[in-house]
Amino acid sequence: MQTIVIFGGCSAIAEQVARIYATRGAQLFLVDRNEQRLEDIAADLKVRGAEKVEYAVLDLTQTDRFDGCLEQINKALGGVIDVALIAHGTLPDQSACEQSVDKTLLEIQINAISTIALLTKLANQLEQRGAGTLAAISSVAGDRGRQSNYVYGAAKSMMTTFLEGLRNRLAKHNVHVLTIKPGFVDTPMTASFSKGPLWAKPEDVAAGIVNAIDKKRNVAYLPWFWRYIMLIIRHIPEFVFKRMGL
Amino acid sequence: MSEFQSWGCYPKVDQKGVSMSDRHQDLPKSDSAILPFGNGRSYGDSCLNADGVVVSTMALNRFIDFDTESGVLRCEAGVMLWEILDLVVPHGWFLQVTPGTKFVTAGGAIANDVHGKNHHLKGTFGCHVRQFELLRSDGQRLCCSAKENADYYAATIAGLGLTGMITWVELQLKRVTSPAIAMENIKYQNLDEFFSLSEESDQDWEYTMAWVDCVASGSNIGRGHFMRGNHADASVSLPPAPKLTLQVPFTPPISLINSYSLKAFNWAYYERQQDRVKSAVSHYEPFLYPLDSILDWNRIYGPKGFLQYQCAIPYDNGLAAMKDILRLIAQAGFGSFLAVLKVFGDKHSPGLMSFPMRGVTLALDFPYVESKTLPFFKQLDDVVVQTQGRIYPAKDAHMSAELFQAFYPQWRELEALRDPKINSSMWQRVTQEI
Repeated sequence: MQTIVIFGGCSAIAEQVARIYATRGAQLFLVDRNEQRLEDIAADLKVRGAEKVEYAVLDLTQTDRFDGCLEQINKALGGVIDVALIAHGTLPDQSACEQSVDKTLLEIQINAISTIALLTKLANQLEQRGAGTLAAISSVAGDRGRQSNYVYGAAKSMMTTFLEGLRNRLAKHNVHVLTIKPGFVDTPMTASFSKGPLWAKPEDVAAGIVNAIDKKRNVAYLPWFWRYIMLIIRHIPEFVFKRMGL
Repeated sequence: MSEFQSWGCYPKVDQKGVSMSDRHQDLPKSDSAILPFGNGRSYGDSCLNADGVVVSTMALNRFIDFDTESGVLRCEAGVMLWEILDLVVPHGWFLQVTPGTKFVTAGGAIANDVHGKNHHLKGTFGCHVRQFELLRSDGQRLCCSAKENADYYAATIAGLGLTGMITWVELQLKRVTSPAIAMENIKYQNLDEFFSLSEESDQDWEYTMAWVDCVASGSNIGRGHFMRGNHADASVSLPPAPKLTLQVPFTPPISLINSYSLKAFNWAYYERQQDRVKSAVSHYEPFLYPLDSILDWNRIYGPKGFLQYQCAIPYDNGLAAMKDILRLIAQAGFGSFLAVLKVFGDKHSPGLMSFPMRGVTLALDFPYVESKTLPFFKQLDDVVVQTQGRIYPAKDAHMSAELFQAFYPQWRELEALRDPKINSSMWQRVTQEI
């Protein structure tokens, strides 16, 4: 049976991904900060058909605790990780970051550094086994820096580039590396935004993620139309772009 | 306009929406009154809170426990009935009672004590609720069952969300031989025939109801199609669920329901079957949830919305009352495509303010037309009052305080247990001093 580990397992998108794997009877391991939420989600996933659900409580900025966490994961999943999904992240307050180096670096730490630390360790394990999927939720925001959220965008772009390199390294070892780039998703992270027609539901994005994992896609824009929106945005000449209020 | 509307889109109110994302949290703090809000399938203003706050329960959608041996399911209040069916049907279980749409939350099904096509045998949804947790605005959590906090248990079932927020529910499911339905569709001529069909079917058929041609008059009054079904034998394989789901993509500028479309549809629907009896084996979805295959069908009534009129009349007065009501509707040339008639049984609900009674119920929709709909309802109300019937709060947006308090004299007991921070547009309307 498939084994899945999800970092940031309490996030709205991750929970929906976990539900899909649960109905397939998978074994799941979740890592997140909120113990009560982990317990609730684990119970739900078991009812939905997961063969086994375990979890670890961990703040994912604590990179020094990753070794212990991975040991726990490997023990629970019998040393085999079929799919590792990295789904944790925050949406920084851009204007607050502009006034604070500490805040900016903390956001980079959460959204990029911790992911890179995890990927580094997971990549070695999967490379050694010569199988499995490493999937991480980046963002369309990483495709081009914009004044409204370039701290977040820069972190996601670092993640995207890192994943690209990892894919290049691991392809010959039969390890699948998936970069997930969602657009606007209606989750608690974006609760304060007013929603329009471009907004997607977490369950739809989750279905797209699982589909991209199954089909061994390299880069998944979710929903699909973001690929074309970002294609246009990336091709606006800089001398025009810098004057736009995006 | 708030994204939190009622299903009838009438009345329109201004209200703020917030979400409850965790069942262990307290209710959100607010200066104005709050009201739990599920999937917004209540037709009238029982789910609205004008100038207040509605608290969405849709994120409370986790299962907690499912015992596949005993059929006891515990889940959070925002889990919808279709999610429950998807989970339990493969294990040979089914909902004891389900309304005509699967797009309602478990909490909403309790708060409105919904009923379905098997009311004559199984009673209401509330009859099968073993226990639930009620979260009050002062932070108290009451585990409610027939034994524990029994007063809150009774007041919350059919309590319109007013006693607190239901955070989780525990339901007793029923074993079924098959989720497929072996059904018969019987074309009948008039109301007398409807009543005799009901009488003959109610013992042996789990699900019964009739679609009524609300345009027919004279000796044809109340004619329609009587549908009855049972869960099929285990040997019958489940026909596939219909794949095609339609959606009304936007709200048309005017209601598409008028006296011409009404006549044409009702005639065609009645005449679609030439034989008197037609038997079939059906997937449970089209049988139990015929309208769920058309998403957002409420939009066809246009921006002004619609009201549903659902009344129940004691059995002995049922025939006369239905004749009067259907005559009024046919005369007015006013009504809807889908008028539904059903005989209720006498199974008692634990709900203090539960709507069904031993008798007969009629439900149909009317587009909201200023200066027409409400005066017309007044005529129907007169018949309901004269025949000792009552109106279903979950569907209502018009009942006067006088009528409500006469239909539900027990409302003061609910008022006494109402959470002081919770209120609704309906409750303020129908509890005015008279």
